[in-house]
Amino acid sequence: MAEQTYTDQEFKVIGTRPRRPDGVDKVTGRARYGADAFAPGQLVARVLRSPHAHATIKKIDTSKAEKMKGVKAVITSADLPDLTEGNRGNFDILENCMARGRALYHGHAVAAVAAIDEPTARKALKAIKVEYKVLPHVTDVDAAMADDAPIVQPHVQQDGKPSNIANVSQFGHGDVDGGFAEADVVIEKSYKTEQTHQGYIEPHACLASVGPDGQGELWVTTQGHFTFRTVCAQLLGMDIAKLKVTSSEIGGGFGGKTHVWMEPLALALSRKANRPVKLVMGRDEVFMGSGPTCSTSMDVKIGAKKDGTITAAEATLRYQDGPYPGPWGMLGAMTSFACYDLPNVKTVAYDVLVNRPKVAAYRAPSAPMAAFGVESTMDLVAEAIGMDPVDFRIQNAAKEGTRASYGPTYGPIGIGPTLDAVKNHPHMQAKLGPNQGRGMACGFWFNFGGQTCTDLNIGTDGTVNLTVGTVDVGGARASMSLIAAEELGISYDKVKCNIGDTASLGHNDTTEGSRGTFSSGMATIFAARAAVDVLKQRAALMWEIDVDDIEWKDGAAHAQGVAHSNLAPLTLEEIAKKSPQTGGPIAGHNEVVADGAGVSFASHICDVEVDPETGSTRVLRYTVVQDAGKAIHPAYVEGQFQGAAAQGIGWALNEEYVYGEDGRLQNPSFLDYRIPVCSDLPFIDTEILEIPNPNHPYGIRGVGETSIVPPLAAISNAVSNAVGVRLDHIPMSPPRVLKAIKDGNGA
Amino acid sequence: MSGVQVSTTINGDVEEFVCHPGETLLDVLRNRLGLIGAKEGCGTGDCGACSVTVDGELVCSCLVLGAEVEGRKVTTVEGLADGNKLHPLQEQFLDNAALQCGICTPGFLVAAKALLDRNPDPTEEEIRYALAGNLCRCTGYDKIVRAVDAAAKDLRAEAKKAAKKKAAKKAKKA
Repeated sequence: MAEQTYTDQEFKVIGTRPRRPDGVDKVTGRARYGADAFAPGQLVARVLRSPHAHATIKKIDTSKAEKMKGVKAVITSADLPDLTEGNRGNFDILENCMARGRALYHGHAVAAVAAIDEPTARKALKAIKVEYKVLPHVTDVDAAMADDAPIVQPHVQQDGKPSNIANVSQFGHGDVDGGFAEADVVIEKSYKTEQTHQGYIEPHACLASVGPDGQGELWVTTQGHFTFRTVCAQLLGMDIAKLKVTSSEIGGGFGGKTHVWMEPLALALSRKANRPVKLVMGRDEVFMGSGPTCSTSMDVKIGAKKDGTITAAEATLRYQDGPYPGPWGMLGAMTSFACYDLPNVKTVAYDVLVNRPKVAAYRAPSAPMAAFGVESTMDLVAEAIGMDPVDFRIQNAAKEGTRASYGPTYGPIGIGPTLDAVKNHPHMQAKLGPNQGRGMACGFWFNFGGQTCTDLNIGTDGTVNLTVGTVDVGGARASMSLIAAEELGISYDKVKCNIGDTASLGHNDTTEGSRGTFSSGMATIFAARAAVDVLKQRAALMWEIDVDDIEWKDGAAHAQGVAHSNLAPLTLEEIAKKSPQTGGPIAGHNEVVADGAGVSFASHICDVEVDPETGSTRVLRYTVVQDAGKAIHPAYVEGQFQGAAAQGIGWALNEEYVYGEDGRLQNPSFLDYRIPVCSDLPFIDTEILEIPNPNHPYGIRGVGETSIVPPLAAISNAVSNAVGVRLDHIPMSPPRVLKAIKDGNGA
Repeated sequence: MSGVQVSTTINGDVEEFVCHPGETLLDVLRNRLGLIGAKEGCGTGDCGACSVTVDGELVCSCLVLGAEVEGRKVTTVEGLADGNKLHPLQEQFLDNAALQCGICTPGFLVAAKALLDRNPDPTEEEIRYALAGNLCRCTGYDKIVRAVDAAAKDLRAEAKKAAKKKAAKKAKKA
């Protein structure tokens, strides 16, 4: 890409707020989500799950179920041979889809059936006899690190011995001990956060069809249909090109739909029955059998001089991964101190295995917990040195040229500006009453680019079909259409954006890391520019002039120079109309590894009121300030900020996986795992900052994740200020707050 | 399993179907009648994604049996628009970007219509409590509440206009 500055670009349609192109389908009930596909002759599948947290599966007898009328296929792990050829990641997916000799958590799949209807499928599950030998289990992250803890995965070892510690990650620079020695004040504190689920309203759902010819189709609610295709084909021994995966409309994902949970079971059942198979999880299965985020425990230490300069910072983080190692500890270690300019910093993180569901990405995965510990401690340090918490953060905020705690040196970034915006925000002047408190906190997320492939086809009437391979999780079609319209110089309603299936585009990485608008936006820009090159060539043919004499402007070819002053501009529509005579269809294509994702920062302010009688907390006011780089469709950017904050509020105050002594999940329902409802929340104010990402033609950074990072700490700081006691355990549910008030310290 | 024969009215049309005695109205709508607008988010009446009205009363269709709607009037999200004219709630949801993933949207629209049918001028608090049975995980509800408020204004303006027209007609007649 040529060097250029993207600041102060003039846009025509970028930044406007048109209706989304898929809107009418979604307000009339026509849009088709994962469970909304039907195929002739389809069967209904159900999954049998382990009632035990940890058990050897001695025997599975499916013979009775197989003989039942209406049952067309029954599978166990014996029907899913290990084809992973030493690829541990794929093996873990396979084993998580269906237990292989050992159930590793309550809810681990052990068998599945496909039958003519749901009642028959349910009856068949009851007819399957599984003989278990129950093993000792561990569900708590700290308990799992103890020497005598039950071992979750014997192949995982530390120092040559089986261990539940799967990974140790370390980041940092400088001399931390020297830094603490220089400090006037050193605060060290331990924190805990409980496990939460993404809580998408749409359960996992798919419709699979595989024939005896080895060809198949999969309709599925997913954030990454190309990744699902690769993984499913590999696990089932299919040719990748012969499995077509279509992403349905997606009813929320937040990272939880980046992982393959059950789709290979539907494909295997379909292959065995030679009929299409529909598999939809119940809500209890979503909680038990699809990945929540980590629970954590951590120690954070920050030292500062009386003038507000941080001299050293250190964190030890323990992330609970379920039975399979993930990058979660590493991400926590990388993000924890990313907001600050620190001379001496060190983070160490452990990934710890337990008998809980496999952990999945959840919106800025791992960052909210680390930020809770760090931002709580930041407030404690500010208080100890008698400084305003916002001023303390402003003084230590990272800036362009800062060496990040996780290694790289920052370019232009937004943490300072978000803090300045917080300092000047009217919210900070709102009066607080009794039992009320205010808190603020900062958050960071990397963002991601990745492999991207986009097609843009111009019809003979001048309308444009844009096909992208990232999914539309919340208005992406509108943003992509705006970008195509901007580049081509045509109106928004002339563009129709489609989400391509795996047979219609090259590989696209999963829609994660806030990459949708960043990377597909980039590929759309380049595809449109390629189409403009073709449009100019066609205009050159029509005019019989040199293509170098043509400029593209405002949706039309303009002939340059005095010699061509008699030529009126040719619009895109006019050129498209003539395309059959000038060389055929006009298209632009782009495939790219969208490098250069721009890091993103947010600062949040929160006011709460705590009922001292019940310990119940109510959020009174909430303000999100985040750097978007460039907001393509500001209404959907605000929506991302608000949604992320709301998830953070639920996490901070109420949401929690509750395990019994028996290792069973006690609350796998929306009744007992209570996410915020409409009457729980206030309006969530938003302020979009635009500090352009120098690596994107429009300055886009990606906006989806960062704002789930600050709420845990912002709310905890507010609650602590309201009750006069430091809270250190998330969620701050009424019993924990009451206990903290009673004990006079953290719960 | 012997089936139950049911005759009912759905979105103004007479529908006849046979269902299992234990089959929910939600499953009947989705699997037998092809009305996929109502969604199953939980199956236990906790999320509201399957909201419909039965004789004007807001219900979770996952908690109602198909056999129970014999002789009654069911309205789903598919019955909200008047021909090709969207309902003001649908218009305002689009204009306010009140949906992100959209899976909860049909339930919110049905619940919001049930609210505005009985209370044309709700306060913010009344809107929030009326919609508290519908879960949305994407929006934080901010833009949903604004859209319902805006639609309520539109509907009141429409009603005022219609009343004025009626009065004028009456006056002319007199």
